[in-house]
Amino acid sequence: MRKHWNLFVAFFRVGMLGFGGGPASIPLIQKEVVDHYKWMDNEEFGDILALANTLPGPIATKLPGYIGYRVARTLGMINAVLATTVPTILLMIVLLTSLSQIREFDWVQGMTAAVVPVVGMMMAVLTWQFAEKAAAGLGWIKTCIFLVIFFIILQMLQVHPGIVIGVLLILALSLPARKRNKGNKEGDHL
Amino acid sequence: MIYIDIFIAFFIPGILGYGGGPASIPLIENEVVIRYGWMTVQEFSEILALGNSLPGPIATKMAGYIGYEVGGVFGAIVGLFATVAPSLILLIFLGGLLLKYKDSPKVKRLTLFVQPVIAILLGVMAWRFFSESYEGIGIWQTVLLVGVSFLLIERLKIHPALVIAGALIYGGFLL
Repeated sequence: MRKHWNLFVAFFRVGMLGFGGGPASIPLIQKEVVDHYKWMDNEEFGDILALANTLPGPIATKLPGYIGYRVARTLGMINAVLATTVPTILLMIVLLTSLSQIREFDWVQGMTAAVVPVVGMMMAVLTWQFAEKAAAGLGWIKTCIFLVIFFIILQMLQVHPGIVIGVLLILALSLPARKRNKGNKEGDHL
Repeated sequence: MIYIDIFIAFFIPGILGYGGGPASIPLIENEVVIRYGWMTVQEFSEILALGNSLPGPIATKMAGYIGYEVGGVFGAIVGLFATVAPSLILLIFLGGLLLKYKDSPKVKRLTLFVQPVIAILLGVMAWRFFSESYEGIGIWQTVLLVGVSFLLIERLKIHPALVIAGALIYGGFLL
C-alpha cells in the first residue's frame, strides 16, 4: 500500500509539474525515482531512457509505466500511468468546457515562462551526470570523442536517436568475445 | 462504433510517433482533423495551445481531451489507452530482458555505449529550453532563474516540486 501511495505521489508531482511537454518531465522523473525514492540507480535509469527512446510513443508515459511495473507489477504500472496523465487531462477538460474563450487563459503563460529555465537547468545537470558517468567508464578522452561523434550524427546529420540507440543496442549485444577480451586485456595492464 | 475509431486515431500516432509525445502531434492532427473530421484545424490548434501551457505529457492530454469530446468519459479512457499501452508493453518486455541480464558483460557494455548518447540528447534539450527561455523572458530573468533554482535544487537539495511551485508564483506575479 505504501509503495502504491509513493508511486502515486511521485508521478502525480511529475505530471503536474512537467511544464513544457513530456520531455520536460525526464529530469523530474529522474529526481523522484533515483534520488528521492531510490527505486533504481542512474545506470538503469539511463538504460531505460535509451530503450524508451528507441520505441515510438510518448516518453513521459512509458517511463512511469515501466517504473511502476518494476516497483509494483501491473497494478503499479496502471497507478503510475494514471497518476501522470489523469490529473492534467481532467484539468484540460475542465478548463476547455468552462472557459468560453482560450484568451482568458493567457495569464498562465507568464507563470509557466518562469518554469522553462528551471527545467532547462535540471536537464543540464542531468546531462552533466550522464557525461560524468560515461567518463567514469570510458575515460574523459574517449567520452569527449564519443560526445562529438554522437553530436554530429544526431544534430548535424539529423539521424533519429531511436536509430542510433538501436544500432548501439545491436552492436553491444551482438559483438561478443572480442570486446570482452579487450576488457580483460585492459584489466591485465592495470 | 465510435470507440474503435478513437482507438485507431490514437493508436496510429502512438505507434508511429518516434521521438516522444511532441513528435506525434502532427500525426494526431492528421487523424483527428483530416481523417475523422472531429474538429477543424482552428479548434485543434486552440486545444493544442492550451494543452501546451498546462503541465504533463502533451500526447496524452490531447488523446484524453479529444476522446472525451468525441466519446465521453469512456472515449477519454480509450484515447489514453491507445496512446500509452502499445509502446509501454514493448518497453516493459524489453526492459525486463535488460534487467534479467543486467550482470552480463554485454548489457554492461550497452550501458556504457548508451550514456554519451543520452548525454547529448539531454544536452540538446537543455539548450532548447534555455533558448526558449531567452527568447521568452530575456537573458537576465533566465540567468536569475537558472542560478537560483540550481542553488536550491542541486546545492540545498530542496525538492524540485517546491522550486517549480515557487517559479510558478514568481512568474505569475512578475512575468
